[in-house]
Formats: sequence, C-alpha cells, structure tokens
Amino acid sequence: MFMKLDFQHIQAAHCENGVTTSLLRHNGIDRMTEPLAFGIGSGLFYVYIPFMKINNGPAIAFRTQPGLIFKRTCKSLGIPVARKKFRSKEEASHALQECLHMGQPVGCQVGVYYLTYFPKEYRFHFNAHNIIVFGKEEDQYLISDPVMENPTTLTSYELERVRFAKGAFAPRGQLYYPKEKRVISDEQMRQAIKTGIKRNVRDMLHIPGNIAGISGIRYTANKIRKWRDKLGLQKAGSYLAQLVRMQEEIGTGGGGFRFIYGAFLQEAYAYHPIDELPEISKKFTQTGDIWRNAAVQASGIYKGRLGSQQDFNLMSDYLLEIAELEKNAFEALSKIKWQA
Amino acid sequence: MKKEEIPHDLGALGKITKEVCYVVDESGKYTTQLSEGWKVKAEALDVAWEDVQARIAVAREKVLAGEASPILLFMEYRLMDVGIVSAYTGFWKWTIKRHMKPDVFKRLSDDKLKKYAMAFETSVEDLKNMNVHEA
Repeated sequence: MFMKLDFQHIQAAHCENGVTTSLLRHNGIDRMTEPLAFGIGSGLFYVYIPFMKINNGPAIAFRTQPGLIFKRTCKSLGIPVARKKFRSKEEASHALQECLHMGQPVGCQVGVYYLTYFPKEYRFHFNAHNIIVFGKEEDQYLISDPVMENPTTLTSYELERVRFAKGAFAPRGQLYYPKEKRVISDEQMRQAIKTGIKRNVRDMLHIPGNIAGISGIRYTANKIRKWRDKLGLQKAGSYLAQLVRMQEEIGTGGGGFRFIYGAFLQEAYAYHPIDELPEISKKFTQTGDIWRNAAVQASGIYKGRLGSQQDFNLMSDYLLEIAELEKNAFEALSKIKWQA
Repeated sequence: MKKEEIPHDLGALGKITKEVCYVVDESGKYTTQLSEGWKVKAEALDVAWEDVQARIAVAREKVLAGEASPILLFMEYRLMDVGIVSAYTGFWKWTIKRHMKPDVFKRLSDDKLKKYAMAFETSVEDLKNMNVHEA
C-alpha cells in the first residue's frame, strides 16, 4: 500500500497546538497559527494537584487539560469534530486507515515511552502526546510530530504500541480530526478570540479552591518555602527539577507557555484593534521571563550550587511576584471593552 | 525572552531536533526561533534520571537482600509505578504488591510470570534472574 496525503508538516512549540493548527489549515483555515490555536483554546493555565505524584514528584501543569485546546478551538469556530476511542487494536488500525483513504490526516493521542524516534532521555510514561498520521508506505506510517523539525515514520507495530500505551491518560487508540472543510469569516475569528480570552480569564482568576490558576501559583510558592525542611535538600531539589521540567520541557515555547500567550495577544490585535492587547502582551513576556529566572534559581538548588532556606525563600518570592503580575494581566484582560 | 537571549546549549533533544521558542524581536514583535536546548532544563532532566538510577539501585539491593521480588527491580527499571504495571499486566495493584514478596513470587505460575515478562519486555528467565537489558 502506498498512500501519501497532500499534507504540510508544521513545526510548533507545543504538540496539541501544532496538531490543531495543522489539521485546521489542512481543512481550509489557512490563517490558523499556533498562538491563535492556543489562545482560542484558552490553553494557558496553572495547577498544582496535591496528593498526586507524577514520576515520584509533584503534579504540576502550566497548560490546560489534554484534548481541550483542539476541542475548544474547533467548537469556537463552529467546526464539528470527530473523536473516537477503541476497545480493540484491530478496530483502531482499521479506522485510521479508513480516514487516510478518505484523504483525511488524523490526529492521534499517543504515549511517549515507546516513541522510537524520541531521544531515550525524554521517554517517560507520558500519555498525552499528540501526532498526526498523514499516510502509509508499505508497513511505515508517515508521521507529522509537531515538535520535530521534519516528518518521520513509525511501523504499524510501533504506532499501535504508542496508541495503546497504558497508565494515566491512556489514549486507548484515540483519534480525532475536524469533520468538515470550512471557510471562517473575520467575524467568527473575532468572536472565537474573545471567547477564548474570557474563558482563560475565568480559568486563571475564578476557579474555586486554591490549587488552580493564580491561587495555584501562590499555593506552590508557599509549598516551596517549606520543602527544604519538610523533604530534605535532596528531595526538595528533585521537586524543583520537576517544576522546571513541566515549565520548560519541550512543547512549552519557553516560560511555561507565557510567551506563546503573549504572541497570541499580539495576533489578536489584528482582529481586535484594541490598544490594551499589545500592552497586556508585554506583561506576559515579563512573567515568562520571571518564570525563566525562577528556573535558573531552581537549577542552582538542584545542582547543589545553592541550598540555604534563603535560596528557597527567593524561589518562592519569584512565584509570588509572578502570581501578582499574572493576576494584573488577567484582570486587565477581563476589563477590555470589546467592540464586537 | 528576547531574540538574542535564546539559549543554544546542545542537549539530548537538540541532537535529534531543534525546538521552537517564542521570542520578541528588536521591534517588540513576537516571532519564533529554533533553540538547540537550555542548560537549565537539561540539568532538570539529569536530576530526574539520577533519581531513577537511585531507585533502581535501592530496588536491586532489596531483591538481593531477599526483601522484594525482581518485579520491583523491573518496575523501577522500566520507569513504571504499581499503577502502570497494573495497567499493562491486568493484575490489581494489591496483587502486584503481594507478588513483590519473594516467597509469593517463587510460587507464581508461568502464566502470571509471562504477563510480567511481557509488560517489562523481557523473558521469564531474565525476569527471574534479574537480567535487565535496554528496552
């Protein structure tokens, strides 16, 4: 079998943004970009889930729940979505090939532990990675992985294995794609951007409890202050390393997604010429930079160059400063007077 | 982050692909640049692997001292936790914890051992003899 769809690989900072952007462009929405997908999908987030451990460290995320960016972006633009999970591997493989036959590139959720083209150092049991399958040559599936510079391949066995990876967020063969080609008007884009921003304001400012959004950043700051005494220097260092990995790991575009959001607000200005947007964009550049300074401070601790309680306090203070700035930025966004 | 501040510290990923970063250019406009990696996060990844190695070492000692069965060693070696082992083998978590006791492990049927061997991508022989090799 030889089948290669006319599909353009796009490299992105983040996998789900990349898949969303590529699939929507393929389905006729040429002006979709990574920052727009991220912003319309209200991708920016922060959460620290207590009592839960990932790879024996704290469970922290800088982005919204896997799957939501694609779902929200399509919904906001009025594009119907197909999404399927499978019990059997045969069914999953059959459905995928059927889509390819119909000329539809397919988004797949996969685990990275068995992802052969990834460097070994990155292969943990993480199941919320996203790739696009856009063809098949003999036993090789053609793969567009948005974090890679170039398209790559997986054998049908390798693809089956990552589609049926197990553990938290097990993909169960999940595939998804936009069901129709659509032309999107300026007005629809304007509405989608507005909805995306409002929903992001809600997620960062108004989720009850103290672990999500701005209050989650503060919560983490207060935890960090106690980590040295509570966990000991070694384990506290490992916890900070985990925080930095989540913040700067491949796919964040740096600064825990804050820079991508800054880029989104600049692009939003083209649709909504409101002077506040580029101004607020600068605030996100600023917090992204402070997240990176905090990462440098954290690395001092986990590499053993630093280690006093004062060093932990400084780390904590960085996060409090970020919380204050991001609170300001989202409040400014919530006060925007939308013309349309 | 400004365009000229983008780090180029070659790391594990950089050898395979450069990654996209969002940066601000001279005029204050956002653009993308490719980075080969950043030392700060490469070091964070090193810490994660040092932790993994330490857990493997502890597991090995426990098995050698007769305090745990080889399942513990292989679980650590494959970066799994009991939840992931449970998902791949189909055993309940409490069952797996029981199988981690050396006495219980010795009496396991070949069928059950095979399930573990499959999950750990090894053979029953190697599982019993703690013969670990690269995945």
